Amino acid sequence: MAEHGYSRRKWSNRLMLGLSSAAAGLAILVLVLILGYALVRGASALNLAFFTQAAKPAGQVGGGMRNEIIGTLILVGLGSLLALPVGLLAGIFVAEFAGPRMAASVRFAADILAGVPSVVVGVFAYAIVVRPLLSYSAFAAGVALAIIMIPIVARTAEESLRLVPNSMREAALALGITRWRAVLSVIVPGALTGILTGIMLAIARIAGETAPLLFTALGSQFGFQGLLKPIGALPLQIYHYALSPYADWQQQAWAGAFLLILLVLGISILVRRIGSRRHA
Amino acid sequence: MTLVFALVIVGVLIGFLVVLNIGALPAIQHFGLSFFTTSIWDPVKKIFGALASVYGTLVTSAIALLIAVPVSLGAAIFLVEVAPSWLRGPVSFFIEMLAAIPSVIIGLWGLFVLVPAIKPVEVWLSTHLGFLPIFKGTVLAGLSFFSAGIILTFMVIPIITAVSRDAIKAVPDTQREAMLALGATRWETIRRAVLPYCRSGLVGAIILGLGRALGETMAVTMVIGNADKLTSFLFSPGTTIASKIASNFNEASSGVFIASLIELALILFGITLLVNVIARVLVWRMTSVKGATE
Repeated sequence: MAEHGYSRRKWSNRLMLGLSSAAAGLAILVLVLILGYALVRGASALNLAFFTQAAKPAGQVGGGMRNEIIGTLILVGLGSLLALPVGLLAGIFVAEFAGPRMAASVRFAADILAGVPSVVVGVFAYAIVVRPLLSYSAFAAGVALAIIMIPIVARTAEESLRLVPNSMREAALALGITRWRAVLSVIVPGALTGILTGIMLAIARIAGETAPLLFTALGSQFGFQGLLKPIGALPLQIYHYALSPYADWQQQAWAGAFLLILLVLGISILVRRIGSRRHA
Repeated sequence: MTLVFALVIVGVLIGFLVVLNIGALPAIQHFGLSFFTTSIWDPVKKIFGALASVYGTLVTSAIALLIAVPVSLGAAIFLVEVAPSWLRGPVSFFIEMLAAIPSVIIGLWGLFVLVPAIKPVEVWLSTHLGFLPIFKGTVLAGLSFFSAGIILTFMVIPIITAVSRDAIKAVPDTQREAMLALGATRWETIRRAVLPYCRSGLVGAIILGLGRALGETMAVTMVIGNADKLTSFLFSPGTTIASKIASNFNEASSGVFIASLIELALILFGITLLVNVIARVLVWRMTSVKGATE
């Protein structure tokens, strides 16, 4: 009887541990299926015209996403320009200057802000920028992307600053310099790799965002016309082309997906390798 | 000085509430509570209701959690308790990569690969198990609550896995050693000594996943079919709050139409705010337990 119970326990042990390994395998399989298909299909759709030509009107074959590629670069730049000062200084404040209560509340707010759906961020940017200015604009999209970026930058900056040993802070202050000087010349440089990692991951995140651009950037076939004019972007164009009835456009959507994956995953992989080398 | 920038974060959160409330005001005044009880969405007659969208959001998120929770917890257990140490890094890395794929690309893949692959399954289930209300009906293009739920599953697996992995990792080894010393198998140790210990962290992880599923937009919009349906049939096209906003906003012409969409955004903001606050509190409690035992 005892013998029987033991073998049952042994088998349920094997079964459950086996299932848990299968679950991990399943998650990776999904990744491989999505990435593999998108990369193969996208690579076969890529050509030189994709990078050098503007989009053709509906029904005409050919054309590319030159304007949208540039648009994405501009929007990511704009978002970063707005988000970095706020995110970095907020992170520095929480790590270096805030009391524990204050730090906890700001950290909490940042986590909650990071959880706001990006489509809601888009509606918010529409209400505060597009409506008053009476036009869809690159600037409105920059604001939306910045709101998504700020909590990521603030949290990663704060966490890397916390890893700087206290002895460095004390040594710097013992030299008689002000706290600000100590932060800028000693503590921030000590946490630089971590801070840059956070910035790059945030850039990878906003480069692929689509929902916040729908009613801010809107999309435009003309490329950059000014900050207060609509602008096209790679993820927006992938969305529009995917839902279009034209095979040629759908093909280009895959090419766009290929490029976007390369950009987004490329940054993530690169950043992780640098980060892990430093920790090792 | 830096205090100002930290307060920007808090300010933006409050700003969301104020701005969305003001934007939604015409719809709130016009429809009142009937906004929540009607599933009609008719731009021509200017009658708008959130019921179908709210229903679709809940159904798709429920499908996603039903599948994603066991898979994610299994993967997290594998990462902490089962995998040899050389395998942990790479497996974690791959699962995190899944989270990094932009939503529009997952939608593209869903539209052209998953939906055609899933349609025969939907047809088979509705012909053979049609006596169940969830399978009773005629399958159309394959764009459905179900395909949206499957796509969402893929999108919440990484976050639930990552957060529950950290929660399981935070369980002190003495907890495991005591159980093993009593002669328990590894699975019994995990089930009786490890998982109960980090329960609040695991619940937090699941709720964080729920928050992600509720607000996911692009991928869902591309595979759900965008129809205002209030039906138990899972293979019917439907809509969610997020996909309703995404697919309607640029066509919105009248003031009430836009205000109704902003009210939808306000509802989504409110729900995800609540869900995320609960999740964060649970996850934080877990990590502070870890701090106390170290």
